Amino acid sequence: MEILMEGEGELLGWHDPDENRKWVLENKSRELRDKRMSVKEAVEKFVHDGDYVAFGGFGHIRIAMALIYEIIRQGKRNLAMAGKTAVHDIDILIGAGSVTKVEVAYAFGHELRGLSPAGRRAVETGQCKVVAEISNAGYQWRFLAGMMGVPFIPSRNMLGTDTLKKSACKVVKDPWSGKPVCLIPAAYPDVAMFHVPRCDIYGNAQIDGILIEDFELARAARRVIITTEEIIDNEVIRAKPYRTAIPFFVVDAVCEVPYGAHPTQMPYLYFFDEEHIGEWLGLSRTPEGTKEYLDKYVFGVKDFEEYLELVGGIKKLNYLKRVEQFREPMRAPWLKKK
Amino acid sequence: MAKPAKNYTPTELLACVAAKMLEDKKSVFVGTGLPMIASMLAQRTHAPNLLIIFEAGGVGPQVPVLPISVGDSRTFYKAVAASSMHDVMSAGQAGHVDYGFLGAAMIDMYGNINTTVIGEHDNPKVRLPGSGGANDIGSFCPRTIIVMRQDKRRFVEKVDFITTPGYLTGPGAREEAGLPEGTGPYRVITQLGVYGFDEETKRLKLLAVHPGVTVEEIQENSSFEIIVPEKVEITQPPTEEERRLLHEIDPTGMAIGK
Repeated sequence: MEILMEGEGELLGWHDPDENRKWVLENKSRELRDKRMSVKEAVEKFVHDGDYVAFGGFGHIRIAMALIYEIIRQGKRNLAMAGKTAVHDIDILIGAGSVTKVEVAYAFGHELRGLSPAGRRAVETGQCKVVAEISNAGYQWRFLAGMMGVPFIPSRNMLGTDTLKKSACKVVKDPWSGKPVCLIPAAYPDVAMFHVPRCDIYGNAQIDGILIEDFELARAARRVIITTEEIIDNEVIRAKPYRTAIPFFVVDAVCEVPYGAHPTQMPYLYFFDEEHIGEWLGLSRTPEGTKEYLDKYVFGVKDFEEYLELVGGIKKLNYLKRVEQFREPMRAPWLKKK
Repeated sequence: MAKPAKNYTPTELLACVAAKMLEDKKSVFVGTGLPMIASMLAQRTHAPNLLIIFEAGGVGPQVPVLPISVGDSRTFYKAVAASSMHDVMSAGQAGHVDYGFLGAAMIDMYGNINTTVIGEHDNPKVRLPGSGGANDIGSFCPRTIIVMRQDKRRFVEKVDFITTPGYLTGPGAREEAGLPEGTGPYRVITQLGVYGFDEETKRLKLLAVHPGVTVEEIQENSSFEIIVPEKVEITQPPTEEERRLLHEIDPTGMAIGK
């Protein structure tokens, strides 16, 4: 195939498909075994300095926040992160100095809330490097190629743009149509982390609402950590097997963390905590404020339970439930600036 | 016809003009903010069967209130499907989505959009969020509508970074690059007017001005020359009913203002 153009972006998390198959055969277990452990243990075991990490969910939706706080608490460094629409997750991890490399489809913005001060400051001062650009569908298809065990997926997006020039993709002439086609390289994150509403002790997980990229990401990643609102019996999984979004054999750790997505949204269960997100957006305007936030909410608490108390406890959590279910309007400090 | 409202804000006007561009029984990929409001307004007025699709997997929702994010649970409220990004992006690539609806920071005369960076990519003056789903939507949709604010710094000769493809360097350039045939930007809507693209040159062309806006103002607020045809329409201002609906859609004023 004739190569017409090659992107200049750094190729994160790509492996020769045979090398990755070998890794999977040697390292992943097909045994139904109890994978429950604490968040602390899961991060110690499966997240390492320099890893290429990705989070399930989307921006501020269904983000495994308990794992993010623990990564910061354990002082993990030089992580490369998939900006596969990564917003609150990546902003805090960059602000804490944990993530120093990003491949960006969407990051540094909080959608309607405005741009993210911490992430932008880090990129504009060179503390965090954007090593490649891509689009949302492009990132999604990196994981699709990964889960399929093929080196790339052909696509018809990004062509002709600087997004492509700064990506790790290549353009070739399609041997059938003769037209230029974009080849999106597979991605196998070292570790992917998800928060789900229900999961059994083996790692069979259900997700309510849109799957976003989680189906493909969980199957492409080498290691998978699941935090779950509740652990359910394996019989519940088997009663409705069509509801399993992530199967146990790709999962390495299961941690039960009620409200584990706070302050992000858990569809049908609780809304974004806009007051808390607003506090982060306000404080992260300066490096001092960022430190103040992390000292208070990450280093100042021993675990996620203590954190939930600190952010407002049961009263706040019940309010977030009511907002998600349209029983109360949301409160958001950033609205005042609109 | 309903009487125009006495007072309205530029954002309300933008949302109403944008809503009118969407057709009933067609499908549209919707981005965050004004595109969402406009699509929701269209669904509540002339286009009840508008098929709204969100890039994170919401398909055909009846969105109750303005979502904060394109992945928010509001984007699959009473939807026909809550699927995945792979599903909806593939649908777009395969030709199932008629309209794209995007916001933009900067645009050039060929409708190329920048939402990635101001200044040099590797040494940015301002880092913006990047493509998100915009490049995909702009690549795949037969008709992409762009809503944005217009001034000399946003309507630029050359964008610092082409995040999302317009007509690239002119006629034939999209096809030459390998983008799907018959796709590209369709309309640009700003606080001053509505633009299309000249058939022959694929350059930005004025179609209509908003009430009270002159052609001179249109040109003064652009760093490149805009094609001005002999006949320029005047857009319809919002009606009281449309204004009421806008604030019902966005009760907290997140995107429409107070």
